[in-house]
Order: sequence, then C-alpha cells, then structure tokens
Amino acid sequence: MSELAGTIPGKGGFSFDLCRRNDMLVSKGLKPPSFLKTGTTIVGLIFQDGVILGADTRATEGPIVADKNCEKIHYMAPNIYCCGAGTAADTEAVTDMVSSQLKLHRYHTGRESRVVTALTLLKSHLFSYQGHVSAALVLGGVDVTGPHLHTIYPHGSTDTLPFATMGSGSLAAMAIFESKYREGLTRDEGVKLVAEAICSGIFNDLGSGSNVDICVITKGKQEYLRNYLLPNPRTYVSEKGYTFSKKTEVLFTKITPLRELVEVIEAGDAMEE
Amino acid sequence: MSVKLQIFEYNGSALVAMVGKNCFAIASDRRLGVQLQTVATDFQRIFKIHGKLFIGLSGLASDAQTLYQRLVFRHKLYELREERDMKPETFASLVSAILYEKRFGPYFIQPVIAGLGDEDKPFICTMDSIGAKELAKDFVVAGTASESLYGACESMFKPDMEAEELFETISQALLSSVDRDCLSGWGGHVYLVTPTEVTEKILKGRMD
Repeated sequence: MSELAGTIPGKGGFSFDLCRRNDMLVSKGLKPPSFLKTGTTIVGLIFQDGVILGADTRATEGPIVADKNCEKIHYMAPNIYCCGAGTAADTEAVTDMVSSQLKLHRYHTGRESRVVTALTLLKSHLFSYQGHVSAALVLGGVDVTGPHLHTIYPHGSTDTLPFATMGSGSLAAMAIFESKYREGLTRDEGVKLVAEAICSGIFNDLGSGSNVDICVITKGKQEYLRNYLLPNPRTYVSEKGYTFSKKTEVLFTKITPLRELVEVIEAGDAMEE
Repeated sequence: MSVKLQIFEYNGSALVAMVGKNCFAIASDRRLGVQLQTVATDFQRIFKIHGKLFIGLSGLASDAQTLYQRLVFRHKLYELREERDMKPETFASLVSAILYEKRFGPYFIQPVIAGLGDEDKPFICTMDSIGAKELAKDFVVAGTASESLYGACESMFKPDMEAEELFETISQALLSSVDRDCLSGWGGHVYLVTPTEVTEKILKGRMD
C-alpha cells in the first residue's frame, strides 16, 4: 500500500525522491543534464500611458536552437504581463503559479490585481529557493496606482525602474535604451524603441534570435503583439521541396482502424413513487 | 579507463514527430544499448496513451518505462473520472507538471507527445527533462540523434503533407539522421495517425 501512495497525485510542490539516485550517479561521474534555457533579450519600458514589454523568441538547448518561435511574455493578470529569462521550465512554472495565485486573490478581494502583489509573490518564492529556481523576470503592468515596471533576479532581489533589460542580450538592449530613452514617450515611439532594443539583442547576442514579441499595457487595455517583427525569415526554401524517388523499405505494417465512439443515451426511467 | 557517464547517452535514442494535413506521424529508432554495446534491436520507445495520443520517451530507458507506467496510471484515473479521453494539450500539461515536480532530481528523459485534438487537429510538442514545453507547428525531435534530426527535418519538411508523403518524409529524415549517430538506429518504428486509422510500420535500416 505504501508504494501506491507515491504514485497518487500529491499535494503539489517539489518532490525530491529521485535526488539520492541522481547524486549517486553524479558521484560515479555523471554530467548533469542541460536544461532548455531562454538565452534571451527581454526588455520593458514605461511610456506616458503605461508599460511596454518586449522579448525575442529563441529557446536554446546548449548551442542548439530548440525552438525558433517560443513565447517569453507570460500572462499574469489581465493588466500584468511578465517576461522570463533563464531556465525555461522555471520561468513557465513560476509565472503560471503566481498567475493562479493572483486569480484566487482577485476572487477573494474582488479587486483588480496590483503589480506589487505579483512582485512580492514572485520574489518570496524565488528567495525561498535561494536562486536554484533559475528565473530572471521583467514584470510590468498598469493598476490603480499607475504603471509599474520591475526586474526580479533569480535569488529574489528586485529593482523598480523606468526602463529595464534582462537576459544574455541585456547589454545590447540597454545600450539602445540608454541612448534613446526619454520620459513621456508616446505609444508609437515606445513600441519603436522596444523593437529596436530587441533587434539589437537578436542581431548581436548569440543566445537571442528569431522574432520580436511586444506587449503594450495601458489602463484598462492590453495588446499582445505576437511576432510584431519578423526580421529573420527563412529565405532559402526550395520551391520543389524534397521528393524521394526510392521508397523506404518497410518490413512490417499493421493498420488499426480507430473505433467510432458510440454515444449510448439511455432513456431515463421515471422514478417510482 | 572508463568512459565518463553521460546519462542521456547511456541507452541512445532518436525520436521525431511531424505534423501533416489532419494527420501526424511519430517515429523512433529501435536500438537499446548500454553505452557502446547493443543489448536489444526491437526496443519500444513510442507508447500509446489512447487511440489518438502517443508519447515517445527518449533518454534513460529505465526512467522512460517508469514514467510511462505513471502516465498510463494517471490517464486511466482521468478516463474513469471524466468518462472521456484526455486531450493532447491537457496530457502535455500533465507530463510537464510530473516532470517539473522532480525539478531538483529529474527523470533523465525527453518526451515527445503527438496527438489529434479537437476536430482532429494534429498537436505535437516536446519537453526538456524538467518539463519546459516546446510546442511546434511543424516537427519536434529528441534523443542522441537530435542535432542531425533538426537538420534533416528542417530541410525535408513541407507543410500540409498527406499521410503517404508524410510517412516517406519522416522515415527518410529518421533513417538519414540515425545513420550519423552511433548510439541509435537498427531500424525504425513509425506510427502514422489519421482520424480514421493508425498505421504502424517497421522500417528496414542499417544494422550498425
């Protein structure tokens, strides 16, 4: 019975039961596996009406590009979005978790979520795991107190800034921001500046690439511009494609027809008085 | 002098899934090895969850079999409660959650999930060993031969292929990639799924 208990879905949180085996393998000379990282350039800036977030779309696994068009701008609340850099599983899991917590909080309080709430939930989770949950985030949103932009580091420290960049391409993007940012940008100027900063990361940083995603958050409205710019289209596609003249040799074939699901509607019997 | 233990290369594997027009194909190699020695040439890497949902598990074979048993258990519980099959998107989230639960002591596997969702729309995705989902509209690859598979699929893939052509493309991509990888090969195993039938084919490849 005790073995069965381990397989029944637990109460959530991390389970450490394979750690002993994995540590034993490490002592035998095992190299720990590499995880999917989002090399990344993520940026955010505050403009006159709200916040604009931007991100590239490349996900790397070591030197290989695993995903050419992944989504790095995660939904937290209707008025709050979060860009994530670092280990992809950690950024996705932590943003999903805090998004659910914010929803429950909205039901509980009956009010729109505030950016500082998301900030506190994220930083306390990351701090309690002492940086082992490797998620570096740019959190932005507009609530009743106005537009806010924060950066959150994997160990749990935060900064509140008018413009911010994170990830391996952060220096390339920050160079653009430092030279061209000013207060009171209009929406179009802000979007253009964010796109330029992300492009700088895409073209100069090897860990970032592919397309530009942008999210514009203003009071009461958000626009998620997925693939706003596609500066790296595939231009070498052959019109004919590949045709294989020699068919693959097959040793064995088995065809299983899929059964149609039949709905059985039983006529309900009237309950006996 | 022992070879340094690379856990993902302990057994060797190659997995690929591709999307076609209202159909999908998922293929794997058939070798099971213990580092450089081949132990089996008919190893099953792709498992059926339900009629229209398949999961391939690459990496350490023992973790793959353990995880498959846990997933079948969870799916059977779901079927009993909900009286219907799980949608591929839901199943992918389930696998991701089970893998992320072991974030600091992970299973050494990389899954490839392929299924037909609502209105028989094909769905494929892969994950790293801690559950970071990677959805794709064209193809996904995993295993020791993944770098060659990326190259082969990137050039051979065309969108909206019919079942016959999709089978040819995925087979050629798999066989040419495993030929460049010592740890995978010994034939291929392809499942081609359309809304009406599942075709399972075993391919003849180089046995070296």
